[in-house]
Amino acid sequence: MISFSEIKKSFFVSLWFMFLTFPIMVIRVNTIENIVEWRWKNMVFVGVGSFLLSFVWRYLIKRKEYGLKKAEEGEEMRISFVRRILQEKKFYVPGLIAVGIFLLAFPLIFSLYQTNIMVSALIFVMLGLGLNIVVGLAGLLDLGYVAFYAVGAYSYALLNYHFHLSFWIALPIGGAMGTLLGVLLGFPVLRLRGDYLAIVTLGFGEIIRLILENWNELSFGPSGISNIPRPSFFGMDLSVHGSMIFIYYIMIVLCLFTIFVVNRLQDSRIGRAWIALREDEVACQAMGIDKAKTKLTAFALGATWAGMAGVMFAAKTTFINPASFTVWESIIILCIVVLGGMGSVLGVIIGALILILLPEYLRAFSEYRMLAFGIVLVVMMIFRPGGIVSDVRRFYRFEGAGGKSGDG
Amino acid sequence: MDRTAQPILKVNGLGMNFGGLRALDNVDLDVGKEEIVAMIGPNGAGKTTFFNCITGLYTPTDGDIIISPLGKRSERINGLKPNLVTRKGLSRTFQNIRLFPNMTVLENVMIGRHCRTTTGIAGAIFRGRSARREEKEIVDSSYTILKKIGLEKSVNEFAKNLPYGKQRRLEIARALATEPFLLLLDEPAAGMNPHETHELDDLIRKIRDEEGISILLIEHDMKLVMSLSDRIFAVDYGKKIAQGTPDEIKRNPVVIRAYLGEEIDA
Repeated sequence: MISFSEIKKSFFVSLWFMFLTFPIMVIRVNTIENIVEWRWKNMVFVGVGSFLLSFVWRYLIKRKEYGLKKAEEGEEMRISFVRRILQEKKFYVPGLIAVGIFLLAFPLIFSLYQTNIMVSALIFVMLGLGLNIVVGLAGLLDLGYVAFYAVGAYSYALLNYHFHLSFWIALPIGGAMGTLLGVLLGFPVLRLRGDYLAIVTLGFGEIIRLILENWNELSFGPSGISNIPRPSFFGMDLSVHGSMIFIYYIMIVLCLFTIFVVNRLQDSRIGRAWIALREDEVACQAMGIDKAKTKLTAFALGATWAGMAGVMFAAKTTFINPASFTVWESIIILCIVVLGGMGSVLGVIIGALILILLPEYLRAFSEYRMLAFGIVLVVMMIFRPGGIVSDVRRFYRFEGAGGKSGDG
Repeated sequence: MDRTAQPILKVNGLGMNFGGLRALDNVDLDVGKEEIVAMIGPNGAGKTTFFNCITGLYTPTDGDIIISPLGKRSERINGLKPNLVTRKGLSRTFQNIRLFPNMTVLENVMIGRHCRTTTGIAGAIFRGRSARREEKEIVDSSYTILKKIGLEKSVNEFAKNLPYGKQRRLEIARALATEPFLLLLDEPAAGMNPHETHELDDLIRKIRDEEGISILLIEHDMKLVMSLSDRIFAVDYGKKIAQGTPDEIKRNPVVIRAYLGEEIDA
């Protein structure tokens, strides 16, 4: 696969890069001593670096094309490593137990700071799984998802401020508010799809944020709402550390609940209707599926999780203001779904953990954070457009006949 | 037996305007019980528009579409939404295949069962007894249909990975899953080789004979049309130009002229 022409191409790429970066990387005018410094060492770094990168890039592209050709020729697709692990019971059961024990012990082993980060990540797992219903399953590109998150958070904060409602009552109410708003947004966008839908939802998200920012009587404007109580433990008030651990366990339970529900929905009559809607709207309708109803349920169910995640967020930070609910949050959640794998529950979980935890642990390189983020997304979309774990459809087995043997 | 005595689909004076263009003009058609009716005509004659009007994708400008399924009273279905038309028992396939490419073959057929089942969100989450029973019914009946169509070997394959001929058959299977009394096939043999066309001929006959489903099809393959159809309707420029048995149509000068062009008498 590695031929001479490849090396030659990479060589020219590196030459070209050396030439391009010559003025900024090599020449430096020293204004103090009025001389020109020639930093030839930099040129060598650029040359070697670009040569290697271009070579690796070419190699990966080649490998990808080779894989595609193989698939086209009708050969059995190589089952990926991840999938093999998922299908072998003796692999995934111990794995699941290990992950479970790790998650349960996490707040007891690690510091408050670590637990705090993990809670944020879990909130985004929940948001990702919710958006996965709308984007991954039903194929409705929603760029204003953060609006439902904001509504959940504000409903807890305001209900508590005015009526002193506790967290446990606010949690279902926040979810219900999300659902309600999901349906409200769903109605006007029933006829839209694709780019148009994305723009309308983007606008919707901004409207909610602007309302929260400017309607001072309702939302206290940009100064936000503070002193939101953390969840109480059977009436007892916990210390800051204790309540963070408690919130962590609540989040674990909520995430498990979300996973359970999304999993069940996926393989149900409703879930299949969502996927059919994503695949072909006209055919879906011609097969007797009510398009309007299906879209609305997708929006409503997706928004429910965002509402509940919002309540959790308010309870965790004890302070909310509109700055926490910008378009950027929507984009992050969308990235989680796309990067993780549209429609795949495991993929979304992994995507959320990577996208939320990595930036936290890489705070030392925070200047390059956005750069790294962008590069990761570009590389992912080129080499694994299906996401980290792509969606697997359910395998049905029948007596007598039953598709290919081996995968099950 | 005179199948036309009690038509299950009766179309009277159907017209469809797209802005200033009259795509369909006063088209009449009827399909009898367990009858195979073909619609022929040159490209752009309005055949697919006719299908789209009947199945609710378009709302016709004028005319009546009346269905009278066996044992039920007649109903006018103009302007009904496509999903409701399917619920009433009219199911279709598409000229350019419109399967759900990233769903498995079985799931494609299971989608067809959607309008005959009722499990909602709560049922999906809690999976109560009735939900489980219904799910099993969906899987079993879909598999039975696939067996009938001859696709039971590829249940778990993605629809997009099927060869062309099988994709066409899968579309028919999916349409059958909605329990129609009338099946509308839009160029089912397009792009098929002679062998596949022959198999399709048998399949359509089988659907009619064993399921008692009437069939209305658009087709350009004259051999298939002539061998299959009980009656043929010919359209050109949105107007019906002839109707009759295959033999009558074959000899009809108007039809021949529409296909071969007018003679120039100079």
